[in-house]
Amino acid sequence: MAGLAASFGSGAMTNSINEISGAACIFAIGTNTTANHPIIGRQVTRAVQKGTKLIVVDPRRIPLCRIADIWLRLRPGTDVALLNGIMRVIIEENLNLLNTSFIVERCEDYEAFEASIMENDLATAEGITGVPAQDIVKAARMFGSYIPATILYTLGITEHSHGTDNVRALANLALLTGNIGKPSSGVNPLRGQNNVQGACDMGALPNVYTGYQKVENKKVREKFEKAWNCKLSPSNGLTLTDMFEAAHEGKIKALYLKGQDPVVTNADTTFIEKAISHLELFVVQDIFLTETARLADVVLPAASFAEKDGTFTNTERRVQRVRKAIEPKGNSRPDWMIICDIAKSMGAEGFDFGSPQEIFEEMRGLTPSYGGITYERIEKSGLQWPCPDHEHPGTPYLYSARFSTPSGRAKFASISYRPPAETASHEYPFILVTRRSAFHYHAVMTHKVEGFDELRGEEHIEIHPADAASLEIQEEEVIKVTSRRGSIKAKTKITEVVPAGVVCMTFNFAETRTNILTSRAMDPITKTPEFKVCAVKIEREESAYLMKDYMRWGTGKT
Amino acid sequence: MIRVSSVSLNINGITVKADEGATILTAAQDAGIYIPTLCHCPDVSSIGVCRLCLVRIENRRKLEPACRTIAEEGMVIVTDDPEIERLRRVILELILSDHDFNCLLCPKSGQCRLQELVNRIGFNEHRFNRLEHTAKDLPIDTSNPFFDFNPNKCVQCAICVRTCHEIVGNDAINMAYRSYDLRVSTFANKLLKESVCVSCGECMERCPVGALIPKKAEYPTREVKTTCSYCGVGCGLYLGVRGNTIVRARGDDESPVNKGNLCVRGRFGYNFVDSPDRLSLPLMRAYDEYAQPSSVVEVTEEGLPVTLPLVKREGKFVEITWDQAIKYVASSLSHYRGDEVAAISSARCTNEENYLFQKFTRVALKTNNIDHCARL
Repeated sequence: MAGLAASFGSGAMTNSINEISGAACIFAIGTNTTANHPIIGRQVTRAVQKGTKLIVVDPRRIPLCRIADIWLRLRPGTDVALLNGIMRVIIEENLNLLNTSFIVERCEDYEAFEASIMENDLATAEGITGVPAQDIVKAARMFGSYIPATILYTLGITEHSHGTDNVRALANLALLTGNIGKPSSGVNPLRGQNNVQGACDMGALPNVYTGYQKVENKKVREKFEKAWNCKLSPSNGLTLTDMFEAAHEGKIKALYLKGQDPVVTNADTTFIEKAISHLELFVVQDIFLTETARLADVVLPAASFAEKDGTFTNTERRVQRVRKAIEPKGNSRPDWMIICDIAKSMGAEGFDFGSPQEIFEEMRGLTPSYGGITYERIEKSGLQWPCPDHEHPGTPYLYSARFSTPSGRAKFASISYRPPAETASHEYPFILVTRRSAFHYHAVMTHKVEGFDELRGEEHIEIHPADAASLEIQEEEVIKVTSRRGSIKAKTKITEVVPAGVVCMTFNFAETRTNILTSRAMDPITKTPEFKVCAVKIEREESAYLMKDYMRWGTGKT
Repeated sequence: MIRVSSVSLNINGITVKADEGATILTAAQDAGIYIPTLCHCPDVSSIGVCRLCLVRIENRRKLEPACRTIAEEGMVIVTDDPEIERLRRVILELILSDHDFNCLLCPKSGQCRLQELVNRIGFNEHRFNRLEHTAKDLPIDTSNPFFDFNPNKCVQCAICVRTCHEIVGNDAINMAYRSYDLRVSTFANKLLKESVCVSCGECMERCPVGALIPKKAEYPTREVKTTCSYCGVGCGLYLGVRGNTIVRARGDDESPVNKGNLCVRGRFGYNFVDSPDRLSLPLMRAYDEYAQPSSVVEVTEEGLPVTLPLVKREGKFVEITWDQAIKYVASSLSHYRGDEVAAISSARCTNEENYLFQKFTRVALKTNNIDHCARL
C-alpha cells in the first residue's frame, strides 16, 4: 500500500471489481485469484471468454495460466527486472505514443524514470528473470496496445523484501501506458482479508488516524485531541513486525491482540513464539482458542461476524453492512462491547457507545473520505469511498481528475532490481514459495467447518518431477524441509505446477507450520516479511510420523 | 443508461413490448405470459434442449423454441394450441420415463421444476404406462463434502454445465456419452472430488430438479442480509437462520459485487460459527496447577500484573466471569507506560471495532503502537 501511496497519493484498489470485465487486457501478477478471490477469478475468466487478453505472471502454473494469452514464468522475486524489461520495450517501440499528453500533464519525474529503465537491456532482464526476451516483448506489445488494461496483484508482489519496489514498478507501468484514472484500468491490489481495507481506513495503523490522516501532522492530531478530549502521542508507533522485535528485546511488555494468529501466520514463527514468551502480559481476544491464544494470559471470547452489527470495507473501497443473524454463542461478546468495557474500566472517556452505528457516526465525523456514508445510505448495497458528503454518489475509480499527492501529479519512480533477501545456495538449494489454498482460509476458520478438510486435509509440498527424481523422492513421501530458521515435515506432491528449483507450500495447517521456515527479512517501508522467497533444503525423512499424527485440532497441543 | 429500442409483438392476442434482442421467452415472461421451460436459466445462455418452450410463430413452418428465438417487430405468436400441448406432453412423458421420481423422499420436492411442469402440462397416463419405464440405476456421486450428484434424477438440461463454463469458468463438467446414455460427467468420468471441481456449488444452486442437492438440506425460517467474512471481495450474502443456527447461505442477487455468486468458502463455510470449539467464557491462566477458579478470583480482584513471565506459560486455563476478566485486563494494562504496551487489531473485525480499538490504544493506552495484519 505504501508503494501506491508514494506513486498516486493513496493506497487502495484504484478501480472496481465489476470494471474488470470491461478491460481489453488484464495483467495478473502474483495473484492466484481463482483460489484466493474466486469471485474476481470468475470475472477474469468471463472477460477472457469474451475476448479480453490475459497476461499472467507467476512462477507457479496457476489455474489462470490455462486461459492466459501469455504466461511469463519468472523466477520468484524477480518482478522488478521483468517489469522494467516490459517498460523498456514499451518506451523503445513507442507503444505509449497516445499517452504522451497524460505523462506531460499529470505525471512528474518521467525523465529520470526513463533513464533508469534504459540502463538495463532485455538480455539482462532475461538473465535475471529466466523469461525469454521474446516473451517479454510479446507481453509488452500486448499490454501496450490493448487499452484499457488493468493490473491485478496480490501478495505475490507485496510479500517480498522489495515489495514496495514491485508495487511502484507496477504503478510506473500503469502511468506509462495511461492506464489509470479511467474505468477498467488501474492498479488493483486485491486485498486478502475481508476487512483489511477497512482496518487500514479506520487507522488501525501506527502512523495514521482514520482515513490516512497522519499522526505526525500537528493539525490532524489537534483535531483528534479535541474530538477525543485527551492528549495524544505525537510520534509514530511500532509496526506489527517491529512490535514482536521489541517484545523480544523486552521493550514491549504488554500486548493486547485481537482476531489474529501470528504464531501460525507470521513469518519465522519460532521467533514470534519466543517474543511472546518474553511478554509480561499477553491478552488475546478471539473466537477460537488459536495457537496464539494458547500462549495468552487472558483469553477473551469474541462474537463472530454473524453475531454482531457493523460494516466491512471490501477491496474496492465499498463500505457494506454486516448484520447480526444470531445471538452470540455461549457467553461470547462482540469485540466492540469488550473494548468499551475495558476502556471504561480503565477510566477512559468517550467509550459510552450503545451500538456500532454510534461508533460509525463518531468515526465518519472525523474521516473526510467516509463523511457522506451512513448506515441508511448503505442499507441496500454499500458505497465506495471517497464519499465526502451526503450527496456524493461514491467513487468507483480513483484519480479521474487529480492524484492525491501534494502536487496532484502522479510520480514516476526509478526502481532498480534488488535480489530477494535469500537466494538458493549450495546448502539451501531450493526456493520455498508460500501460498494459500482455495479450500482453506488461513489456519482456523475452515478447519472448523465439516467438509473443507475432506477437500484438502493436510499439507503437501509441491516439488518438480526433476527435483523429486534427483532426490529420489516418491509421491506422498514424508520429507523434511529445512531453512536457516527451522525445519518441518510434510508430504510431497510431485507436480509441474512449480518450476524446477522451486517448492511451494501453504500455511493453512497449524500442524504443519510452514512459517517456521519463512524469513523475517522485511520490506524496509511496509515492514512486510518476505513470505514468498526463502531458501530451503529438502531431505528424505526416516521417521514417517507427521506432526498431525500427534496433534489434532481442538484436542490440545502435542 | 444505454437506451434500448423496443419491438412490439403479439402473443396469444395480447400486444407485448420487448427490448430489442430479447427472446420470445423473456418477452412473454415480462408480460406475465407463461411458457413452460426446463432448460432455461436466466443467468446463463439458452441452448434450447428441452423443447418444452416450443411456440407457433405465424408464417413459420416449424414450431420454434421461445428461449432461442429473438422477438421481432410484428411477430404473431401462439404459445398454446392442441398441437403444442400434445408435443409438450410427449416430451414430458419421455423425460419422466427414465426419471427416478421418488418425490416424497427427494429434498427438492416442492421446489422441483419437473414437478411444476407435470402439474402445469400434465401427461397422458395411458400412454405413459405403455412406455417402458427404465429408471437408470447409475451410482450417486457423494464424493463432494457439500453436495451430491444423483444422475438418476438428472434431466440433462445442462444448466450445471453452462453454469460451470459461463459463470465459474471452471469447466469441471460437461455432457458425455450419446443418446439415451447422455449424462453430465467430469473429465474421464471421475468422481467430483477427484475432478477439477472447486466445490463452489453454483451448479447445485441452479439445478432445477433433485440431481444436485446439498448434503445438508435444512430450510431456514428467516434470512439475514449481510457481507461474507472470508476474503476481501466482500460478497453480499443471505444467511438462512433456523432457531439460533445458520443453516444455509446464498448469494445476494442485488449485490453489485458478486451478483448472487459465491465461492466454496462463502456458500459452505459458515459453520465455524457453530463449532463446539468456540470460546464461551473468558479464560485465565492459573499459575498453580491445582488452582481452583475461586483462587483466581482473588488475583483478579486485586488486579495484580503478572510478574513471572516464563513460569506462567506452564499454567492451565480456568474460566472466569466477564466482570473479573474486564477488571483484570483493565487494571493490568494500566500498569504499563505508553511505549511498553502495544495492540494488534484485526482485519477480520468490523470497521467500528477497528476504529474503537485504535481509539482505545491511543486514548486509554496512550500509545500509537497499533497495527493489524495488513502487512502479512
